[in-house]
Amino acid sequence: MSKTVLIADDEKNILISLEFLMKREGYNVVVAHDGQEAVDSIFRVQPDLVLLDVMMPKKTGLDVCQEVRANPDFKDMFILMLTAKGRDTDIAKGLAMGANDYIIKPFSTRDLAQKVHDMLDKA
Amino acid sequence: MLSPYLVITVSFIYLFILFAVAYFGDKRAEAGKSIIASPWVYGLSMAVYCTAWTYFGSVGRAASSGIWFMPIYLGPMLSMILAWLVIRKMIRIAKTYRITSIADFIASRYGKSPLLAGLVTIITVVGIVPYIALQLKAISSGYEVMTTPLDGIVKSPSVWWSDSTLYMALILAGFTIIFGTRHLDSSERHEGLVAAIALESVVKLLAFLAVGMFVTYGIFNGMSDIFFQASAIPEIKALLTFDQGRSFAYTQWFAMTLLAMLAVVFLPRQFQIMVVENVDEQHLKRAVWVFPLYLLLINIFVLPIALGGLIYFGNAPVNAETFVLSLPLAQGQNMLALFVFVGGLSAVSGMVIVEVIAISTMVCNDLVMPVLLRNTRFGERSGGDLTALLLFIRRIAIIGILMLGYLYFHLAGEAYALVSIGLISFAAVAQFSPALLGGMYWKNGTRDGALAGLSLGFAMWIYTLMLPSIAKSGWISEDFLNLGLFGIEWLKPEQFLGLTGLDNLTHSLFWSLFINIAAYVAVSLWKRPSAHETSQALLFVDVFERTHIAQPVFWQGRAKVTDLLHLAGRFLGEKKAQRLFTDYALEVGANEIENIPENATLVQFVETNLTGAIGSASARIMVASVVDEEALELDDVMRILEEASQLRAYSVALEEKSRSLEQATKELQVANEQLKSLDRLKDNFMSSVTHELRTPLTSIRAMTELMLDDPNMVEEQRLEFLSIVVAEAERLSRLVNQVLDMAKIEAGHAEWHSNEVDILDLIKQSVSSISSAYKERGVVLELHTPKQVPLIHTDADRLIQVLLNLLSNAVKFAPEDKGKVELHLRDSTKGITVEVIDNGVGIAPEKQNLVFEKFRQVEGETNNQSGTGLGLPISRQIIEHFGGHMWLRSEIGEGACFGFFLPRKKLDLSEKS
Amino acid sequence: MLKGMTSQRLIALSLTGIAFLNFPLLALWDKDIYILGWPLLPFGLFLVWGLLIIALVWVMEKRKPN
Repeated sequence: MSKTVLIADDEKNILISLEFLMKREGYNVVVAHDGQEAVDSIFRVQPDLVLLDVMMPKKTGLDVCQEVRANPDFKDMFILMLTAKGRDTDIAKGLAMGANDYIIKPFSTRDLAQKVHDMLDKA
Repeated sequence: MLSPYLVITVSFIYLFILFAVAYFGDKRAEAGKSIIASPWVYGLSMAVYCTAWTYFGSVGRAASSGIWFMPIYLGPMLSMILAWLVIRKMIRIAKTYRITSIADFIASRYGKSPLLAGLVTIITVVGIVPYIALQLKAISSGYEVMTTPLDGIVKSPSVWWSDSTLYMALILAGFTIIFGTRHLDSSERHEGLVAAIALESVVKLLAFLAVGMFVTYGIFNGMSDIFFQASAIPEIKALLTFDQGRSFAYTQWFAMTLLAMLAVVFLPRQFQIMVVENVDEQHLKRAVWVFPLYLLLINIFVLPIALGGLIYFGNAPVNAETFVLSLPLAQGQNMLALFVFVGGLSAVSGMVIVEVIAISTMVCNDLVMPVLLRNTRFGERSGGDLTALLLFIRRIAIIGILMLGYLYFHLAGEAYALVSIGLISFAAVAQFSPALLGGMYWKNGTRDGALAGLSLGFAMWIYTLMLPSIAKSGWISEDFLNLGLFGIEWLKPEQFLGLTGLDNLTHSLFWSLFINIAAYVAVSLWKRPSAHETSQALLFVDVFERTHIAQPVFWQGRAKVTDLLHLAGRFLGEKKAQRLFTDYALEVGANEIENIPENATLVQFVETNLTGAIGSASARIMVASVVDEEALELDDVMRILEEASQLRAYSVALEEKSRSLEQATKELQVANEQLKSLDRLKDNFMSSVTHELRTPLTSIRAMTELMLDDPNMVEEQRLEFLSIVVAEAERLSRLVNQVLDMAKIEAGHAEWHSNEVDILDLIKQSVSSISSAYKERGVVLELHTPKQVPLIHTDADRLIQVLLNLLSNAVKFAPEDKGKVELHLRDSTKGITVEVIDNGVGIAPEKQNLVFEKFRQVEGETNNQSGTGLGLPISRQIIEHFGGHMWLRSEIGEGACFGFFLPRKKLDLSEKS
Repeated sequence: MLKGMTSQRLIALSLTGIAFLNFPLLALWDKDIYILGWPLLPFGLFLVWGLLIIALVWVMEKRKPN
């Protein structure tokens, strides 16, 4: 059974492109438009990997990360942060909150696909 | 009646409580926590002015002559109005030169003349003795009223040792000694004593008000009742008129007011409390009205008590001066009477203690010490510590002064009413006014002038007031009174040179002050002052014009530190002198006492400190005895003054410079803080811009890569991606434009093309260019505008930019298909108001002030891809550029209303940009 | 020292006080009239006294604008 990827981003157009990319790479895709929706979907769908934007309304990616990691059921789930700020402090915060890796916007779709594959296919 | 033991016990307990307060006050002062550092305490302590005279005498006076008790309190009222000008100057002078008594003040002003100091002291002692007798008389007659049965007859004691007045005098002397001479202080300040005096003022006021209330409302039915009953009795009603048959009544009134005006400043105890014991000049500000208010309160019931007593006792032989005691006693209110007696005791003890301490200091410093110091044998013998001797002299002086008071009480006390006795003393201290006030404001007043004025004025006072008072009591022949000295008619002491018609007080006051002033001015103008007098005159008159460090030091010669240290040790005590010199060494930058530069400043420092302990005249003699002085010529005075004023100029310049440096430092700090916060802002801004730029770039890059990787992409998909790429590219360029726009406006580089525009026209243009967006979302736009609006001066393109921003925000917030947006335009003479109201979800209050910040897009926007987060901030900048302001009103669920006001006249503030 | 506003006010106030508490203004109160139960003369004296205190409070306690 193919693995499920949750994509959380408030930018509609980025969401469209990421959905297309992940589907193309052969994953099931669930989308969320804000932080709260992301948390709800993660608990409901229990995805294998989350592509998580940092700057989102209602709850930031960092909050989502912290909340999810607080639940032991989700400690093995992969979280890949997407950040547009690119400041070291933001990245450090994300990793501290329990993200597995990060990628800086704008990203190369190939690199992103590679990263996702590395995580999911190794596991 | 009350038992004598009860009265005596209560009195002693009260006096010991006072002593405890004073002791506590002194301890706190030593610990540096003054309990008297308050303008209220200062003002209350001034009420030491209210003595037995006020407490018993005023009622007696009112019972015999109606309102004539009042000038004694109206005078101080008038004096206090001028206190901020006159007494503040006295305080400043006394503090600067360590002056601790009125004798010292006058002597110091006229070249530190020991002769003058001695004369002032003698005048004070002789002049105040009647006043002390008054206190003794009042308290002993009060005591007798308290302890004698109502219908009993007060009998005079047959032998001296059974005379309670003598014991009263001794007890008061004892308390004065423990209050005032426990230790020697070079500033002669008694913090604890002041605290006790302030407490006494409260007690006597409360007691007097209590008996006033009791008489007015307990015995009678209020003031109107008393005055009504009084008006029915012709003899009493007559008291309520002004002149009551006196000739020159208004002159007499004026004379008494003037006398009180002077006395409230020049009485030794008032000088002590107001000038010497003052903690902070600023306290005077409040005390000047607290003290007159106190006087008003303590006087309100005088007339009702006096008239009430007269009505109540009728023809019974009751002394009106003790009405405050006899009225409660007659009503069986023994405890009230006891309380009132304690109040009276407060009035008496407060006066006696402060007055006698002040006078004993003067006697010691200005009368005894100069004589002792001149005696060479004393000088040789007394190589050691003299502080114990100083205290001993003062204690003897205290006992001596009270015994003199007791003596006068026996000589003249019986014949005179309390108030009349007191007025004799007032007239004596009034003699100080020409020399003292003249000395403070007139540089030309000389020592000889002061000596002449004071001695002639004093002689006149003795001849026209003091001697007659003794004669009238039958102790000396009344012949000179009735027939004139040596039988010469025009030498009659109460009708001098045949001046008739005036009462004896006004008569004496006129002659003594007239001769005093005339002699002071005439002699002063006769001869040039000496160099030393001139230098002191300058120091006194110009005291406000010099800062501490630029006080000129009028001295030249040579001195040795060791000699001066030894000298200070003799009068201040070894330890204290050592400490003073160590502090001084630190101050002048010398590491050890031996290294203190031996100059005029050091000599002055020692002399000033000695002045505090032994008075200026004695200090001068002592310092002169151990240093090698050169005579000071008038030229030297002028030279020193010149140097001092140069020094002052330097110090002012230096102060100015250091102030401006401080200012500059502060400004730099502020600027630095601003820069730091700007830096933080810029950092945040860059980070936000980066984020905003990267977001559309992400979509563009992702979409194009996806298309590149998949050449066989479905046509539809490819078209969608391409249109997104175009939209995001547009967003990018819009963003770049707005960031640049914002930067230009903020930096003031934006171009403005202002002219007269029709706002209606601008609204029409904006609406037509945005109407497609409204149609697309199915939102209705309603315009509420007047038909015609006068032209307004602004930049048309910029204003359209603002309108479009508001309209496009509104359409984004309005719900799709059910949305409605209203645009309101209101016009007034001041300017125009535009409001754009939508019916969307609204904005929470805590988020409202964020919407005008850069890159703060409000959550809940359904379609925020087109927003850059810069529209509103830019709009606000534009509106503010034209002197207007922008706002948001909204509640959750009620929609939002963005509006702005644009003035017709651009405010000056924004003219610069 | 006489330059300040406070000083000038105080001097004016003291002259006012002296004027109101002496002949001839004082003579105006010397009438056989009663106000609030008080004979006019003492009433007038206390009134002037009280007003002087109020004026003095105003002058001394007024905060300087700068």
